[in-house]
Amino acid sequence: MSTYYASLLAESGILLLGALSVYIILATGQLSLGNGAFMGIGAYLSSYLTVALNVPLTLALVIAAIAAGIIGAIVAFPALRLKGIYLAMATVGFGEMVRSFFLNFDAMGGSGGYRGMQHISVGYVWLWAGGILIAVMLLERSRVWLEMQAVHDDETAAGLIGLNTTVTKIGAFGAGAAVAAISGGLFAHHNVYIEPANFGFDRSIEFVLAVILGGSTVGPGSLVGSLLLVFLPEFLRPIADWRLAAFGTLLILVLLVRRQGILDRSLIRTLTFRRAAA
Amino acid sequence: MSNALLQLTGVTKTFGGIHALSGMVCEVPEGKIVGVIGPNGAGKTTLFNTITGAYRADAGEVKLKGVDVTQWPSYRIVREGIARTFQNIRLFGSMTVWEHLLVAQPHSESAWRRLLPISWANPAAQARAEEVMEFFGLTELRDRPAKSLPYGIQRKVEMARAVTARPKLLLLDEPVAGMNHDEAEEIRALMIRLRDTGLTILLIEHDMNFVMRLCDYLYVLDFGVLIAEGRPEDVRTNPVVLDAYLGKDD
Repeated sequence: MSTYYASLLAESGILLLGALSVYIILATGQLSLGNGAFMGIGAYLSSYLTVALNVPLTLALVIAAIAAGIIGAIVAFPALRLKGIYLAMATVGFGEMVRSFFLNFDAMGGSGGYRGMQHISVGYVWLWAGGILIAVMLLERSRVWLEMQAVHDDETAAGLIGLNTTVTKIGAFGAGAAVAAISGGLFAHHNVYIEPANFGFDRSIEFVLAVILGGSTVGPGSLVGSLLLVFLPEFLRPIADWRLAAFGTLLILVLLVRRQGILDRSLIRTLTFRRAAA
Repeated sequence: MSNALLQLTGVTKTFGGIHALSGMVCEVPEGKIVGVIGPNGAGKTTLFNTITGAYRADAGEVKLKGVDVTQWPSYRIVREGIARTFQNIRLFGSMTVWEHLLVAQPHSESAWRRLLPISWANPAAQARAEEVMEFFGLTELRDRPAKSLPYGIQRKVEMARAVTARPKLLLLDEPVAGMNHDEAEEIRALMIRLRDTGLTILLIEHDMNFVMRLCDYLYVLDFGVLIAEGRPEDVRTNPVVLDAYLGKDD
């Protein structure tokens, strides 16, 4: 495999984790446009741990995930009172706040960025990405996931049938933040250089885009979305300057034809030759 | 009634200047079907919302088996033993019938087990869902999206969802509204079967005939005030009740 494709593959693995981080939060009906910030927290924290403190990478990623998970849960508290577009705006604000924090955080390079991380292989990236994708797919069959869906569909009714909606929403935010942090840690150690601009608003949007394009109602949708988002612009290279315009057009077409994204429950059933439920 | 399962004393709820409920007093004895009737806007649904914690009572106490649950959040009230259905059906749009029967069950397993696939980790929850599904005659419809089903069946799914939580008291908000006679009879039979399993039922209903033939005891509300109570045959002939329903004959 050429290094060119290897690096694209690694990029899509990192994007997959970012997309899953949005997907987990979206499953409870909350749209986060600030997951780039959790990714940044994971990237900076894990890099500091491996470079300055010589912590083994895997352990550093776990620590970063836990730390970001706690921050995510704290962020979720004020977010509990916000819904829809207002919540999305608040997460944008949070994202900008974190980005400007790193911009002014001179101990780790500020706007100049931070370097010195060991390089990781595409295999290591996909070990995490694949592992977490499988974990999410197992989670999708659990009681907890049903509770998340209930909160997504009708929060008031969910409370009135005995579900603790507060815990569900905060938990989803925490878990999403933790997954985004892993994505960030892998990004930092794959690119071996990070700067605050890597984790801005466009990164958060990219995550959301991968989820919406690939399919926002099933976990593997994030996989489809991430692969498309990374590889499709590359395959469109022959049309040179028009490739991003063509990509944008494709995106709009997909969303017009399939609002739920490319992959959904019924398509998965068809693909796996399972009998459709009447 | 000393064996009251649910006991309300002086429960009051106001919205701005409007007294939706004033000083509501009632008792629901164990193993009975009790009805709440009254004209539109009498405060019946407000009563349910206050009992289940959707609204906070401004005054008064709601006790379930002697436990004061008045200021509890809804989810704790449900876990203590009060489950409900809604006047306008509130099923989850993305879920099948089967999933509705799993989602509302109390947490008997540890938190970690709830993170694992249901088919591996929650045999007890599956058995319960199976049992309730059979009781309500929903087995055939197991994998159908609940919201795609006919109205009458959606009502049954909603009742079944509430029953999976193993409540002591089931609150039904107009369970036969919008149903034809046959469907309503089916629901009536279900309620009697549920009572026979030991469940206590408190229901709101507009259809007087339906209530008269089903309930063991009735409370009559008008403008948030309890105006009468008693056995159906006594309430039917109570002049105060007739005035509330038909208007005063001045």
